[in-house]
Amino acid sequence: MDTLIQQSINALSLGGIYALLSLGLAVVFSIVRLINFAHGEIMTVAGYAIWFALAVSAPVPAAILSGLIIAALAAVAMERTAFRAMRGADVTTLLITSFAVSEIIKVLFQNGISARPVPVILPGWLTATVDLGVARVGMISIISIVAVTASLLALGFFLRRATLGLAMRAAAEDFAVVRLMGVRANHVVALAFAISGLLAGVAAVLWVAQRGSVDPLMGATPVLKAFIATVLGGLGSLPGAVLGGFVVGIVEVFLQAFLPEAAQPFREAISLSLIIALLVWRPNGLLPAPVTARS
Amino acid sequence: MLDVAGLRVRYGPVEAVRGLDLFVAPGEIVALLGPNGAGKSSTLNAVAGLVPAAAGRVTLDGADVTGLSAEALARRGVGLVPEGRRVFSGLTVAENLALGGAAHAAPAERRARARALEARFPILAERRDQRAGLLSGGEQQMLAIARALMARPRLLLMDEPSLGLAPQMVERVFDLIAELRDEGITILLVEQNVPMSLEIADRALVLANGRAALAGSADELAASDAVRDAYLAV
Repeated sequence: MDTLIQQSINALSLGGIYALLSLGLAVVFSIVRLINFAHGEIMTVAGYAIWFALAVSAPVPAAILSGLIIAALAAVAMERTAFRAMRGADVTTLLITSFAVSEIIKVLFQNGISARPVPVILPGWLTATVDLGVARVGMISIISIVAVTASLLALGFFLRRATLGLAMRAAAEDFAVVRLMGVRANHVVALAFAISGLLAGVAAVLWVAQRGSVDPLMGATPVLKAFIATVLGGLGSLPGAVLGGFVVGIVEVFLQAFLPEAAQPFREAISLSLIIALLVWRPNGLLPAPVTARS
Repeated sequence: MLDVAGLRVRYGPVEAVRGLDLFVAPGEIVALLGPNGAGKSSTLNAVAGLVPAAAGRVTLDGADVTGLSAEALARRGVGLVPEGRRVFSGLTVAENLALGGAAHAAPAERRARARALEARFPILAERRDQRAGLLSGGEQQMLAIARALMARPRLLLMDEPSLGLAPQMVERVFDLIAELRDEGITILLVEQNVPMSLEIADRALVLANGRAALAGSADELAASDAVRDAYLAV
């Protein structure tokens, strides 16, 4: 019983990180139709920012804050330097541009710092375990769940209440008409990237806290999972991305925990088969984005 | 108010507008008439900054605005009620209105304008919290017009506002356009409904193949044989 509770908390914690990443992908995709393969590198940049801040003995909250800010700035800079020139280009062109951005950033870290992981020294209380009575769970899992919930609520509030949030939801439907309202297209796009970067920053903080190290390829695996999650949820659908993220995380943790030893090597294959089965059942994803007719 | 000279609009190899001249004086309704594909919508979209002009000049109140972005033109007082209404179907009626004023007024002023428009279009007050996609075609058209009015435009471009509406609603839309003119909004109207357009318009142009084939006062055009034969079959 306590293993089940323990693993459920781990599953929610990992699923939450995937949800933040896939939500970031979906926010950008819904507005500029870009599948940003360099999203993982935003995480990497944030990871190194945290590592650097702690290495120069900044306090933990300052290190976290710098990770978040650098992540948002990195995403906006990416849009400004690489994607803005490509606006309106074909989806494939945009995708390949994002591959290039991703490779460039990886190589910069590999050659500029090191191809090997560098350890991030974390305070003891972060890595401690907590006794919940029914089960012992990692402090970081609980922090993850709280941070993910807070991020999702904050974004939901922003999209419903703020004028720019409204503009973002409207732009996902019909960007041209949003411009006719006098709302500056560049602001909406920059904001979408900033939000996706911020979400990747939160994911990076939690990811680094769980692993205790950063490396140039650290963003690749979680973002690949997040891609799967966005497709599973329905490409371009924000609620779908969140649900997809949780499903992917939960499937991963539960297979790891409860699959017999002999079947463990096939874990990824089994989890992807499950996801394919879900997509066969719902080809447009679990919560597809509404189809808007454009004349 | 609006002066268009030698406008050309191209989509790849296809030239939709081929050297169009047109002006709209303050406070008048000018109707752009003509068959499908004559270049009416392309002209409106070019004036609104949604498609680039391949050649020609667009002047607004004496200032050259050729090539300005849609958002910049909106901030200079140009509003467009697009063809097919294009309300934000996933947003509520209130949110659609709020967005219409987003770049033009502070939140308090925006709410005041929304209240005033809801008084004018009671159906929008009734449906305030419903998704715009659930409204009927006529209600969506009212919303699209109200959304454009939130910006207090000086020049309102209207693309086929009566398209696909029930006859009663068509009447309502044309009455409304005439009212807006009387309130001082200058209107450039693209329409398929020639008889009703000529009834409310001050002047009209008939476009064919991207050029003005006929132009004159609405009364002259309504009386002209060419227009009568083509559009006002009696």
